[in-house]
Amino acid sequence: MKLAEIKDLLKCEVLAGDEDLSTDITHVVASDGMSEILAFAKSSELMITGLTNIQSIRTADIAGVSAVIYCRGKRPDKKVIDFAKQKRIPVLATDMVMFDICGILYNKGLKGVS
Amino acid sequence: MAAELLRENFEIQGRNFDKAGEISSEIKVILKDLGIDASCFRRVVIVAFEAEMNVVMYAERGTISLILTDRDISLEVKDEGPGIPDIDLAMKEGYSTASDEMREMGFGFGMGLPNMKKNSDEFCIESEVGKGTSVFARILLDSHA
Repeated sequence: MKLAEIKDLLKCEVLAGDEDLSTDITHVVASDGMSEILAFAKSSELMITGLTNIQSIRTADIAGVSAVIYCRGKRPDKKVIDFAKQKRIPVLATDMVMFDICGILYNKGLKGVS
Repeated sequence: MAAELLRENFEIQGRNFDKAGEISSEIKVILKDLGIDASCFRRVVIVAFEAEMNVVMYAERGTISLILTDRDISLEVKDEGPGIPDIDLAMKEGYSTASDEMREMGFGFGMGLPNMKKNSDEFCIESEVGKGTSVFARILLDSHA
């Protein structure tokens, strides 16, 4: 599924990487624990998290995920968004909670990682 | 013994959460530029990042050395921190001594050290309470674990 479709499905606001929503997403990794993201992401997943500090983007970069969606209505600081732009990682935000996001994406055929 | 092709040393500032991870990002760029296989450098940077976060969270200061040979990539991490009283316990998934501040950063859920070991072909850790901790991790260039 294209990131642009996921954006519409989850009613996301695009905070970074508006020009880069054509990425195809097949797998999702979701956690507020960055070590958990690092432990399970294989590369190119969509990362869902409620952690909005600079370490979330640092983790996304190190883990090699395709994009980040912040859940629960959380919005990062401008410096975090600027850092994501610098690392060329699309960043979206939604008011939905993590459970609902995962349920919706799972129903659409996206897979988790283990 | 394999010939050493590159050695880079980095200083880590303890408690500096804003900069935490910068060294690992730098290591990623170095290895990418050298044309190292993606699955291999990914494992190296995950080990480096977890190690760097541990030093930032627990120690006053520390160092990371990145060593490349024609066979493998090694990371030597040394810190001046509180040390680990029980290494076997610290290596268990889920065991953590992290503070709320560390958890707010998204770390300290007891997965860092196990993650480092999982991503290494050779891993050893030594620690002395009150002095500090040393970690050595080796990742083989031709390993696809």
